[in-house]
Amino acid sequence: MTNDHTTTDHATMDHGGMDHAADIDKQVRIYITVFVALMALTIVTVAISYLHLPTAMAITVAVLVATIKGSLVACYFMHLISEKKLIYAVLIVTAAMFLPLLALPVITHRNGFWIH
Amino acid sequence: MEIPYTVEVRRDTGLTNGKIGIWLFLASEVMLFGALFASYILIRTGAEHWPRGDSILNVPMATFNTLVLIGSSVTMVMAWASLVRQRFDTYRIYMGVTILLGFVFLVVKYFEYSHKFHDGLFPRTNNFLAIYFTLTGLHMLHVAGGMAVNAYLWGPGAKLWKTNPVWFTNRVENSGLFWHFVDLVWIFLFPTLYLL
Repeated sequence: MTNDHTTTDHATMDHGGMDHAADIDKQVRIYITVFVALMALTIVTVAISYLHLPTAMAITVAVLVATIKGSLVACYFMHLISEKKLIYAVLIVTAAMFLPLLALPVITHRNGFWIH
Repeated sequence: MEIPYTVEVRRDTGLTNGKIGIWLFLASEVMLFGALFASYILIRTGAEHWPRGDSILNVPMATFNTLVLIGSSVTMVMAWASLVRQRFDTYRIYMGVTILLGFVFLVVKYFEYSHKFHDGLFPRTNNFLAIYFTLTGLHMLHVAGGMAVNAYLWGPGAKLWKTNPVWFTNRVENSGLFWHFVDLVWIFLFPTLYLL
């Protein structure tokens, strides 16, 4: 396995399929839109907290808004919206480990299975 | 020894080695923060009483910091986009602003921490503060680490642009992936710790 820096025909800027600088202008407009959306959603998150909703409702809304914001960052800033299959495979395995990790304390609390 | 596939993509993965490497690293980071988030949920659901974050923590400062970190994420991606557009000087400006915003984030956290310590609030005080200092402290270390890498790519590491611009652009993208992940973690930390 060698990396021949002198042959640039197949050299690529590895960023989720965007190999042409012309596409970047369109991407930059998307970045700005996402930036404005993230700023707005941050204000929404704080504003909702002042409503002092019931705890369950407050957690649901806060996690929902955070998930939307996180998805915007992951999809557009991290280019996950147009990535290679192997990256998705890595993330699916990660999610398969991560979600039970988070769910475990919630399930055990509700059923009282492990704790009580 | 030359690092393979830093510029060309591997035929089997369709990716450069650096790209797959950073994503595997981020996967491990997800599990690290996931374990701490799970601990937080376990401790909170098991507690008889749990304070609302805004009764102890400074929400306006944290909101400001959230906006700062989101701003740094967009300047980071614009730094990379500048390199794709072959505009190195613009890259330097965006990357410089990214580093500066990271510094602003840390300064605000310094004032937050100082205020807590001044009020006699430490990690040992209660479980809420223990989890607060652990999660935000670990996150701050990530911000500092990302700043160090970005500073290298802004300064001495930028020499690579002259000899191998594609490799340098890929490095900036990989550093950006880490920086966006740090932003993403904060997006969940902020409401979890400060607002609920």
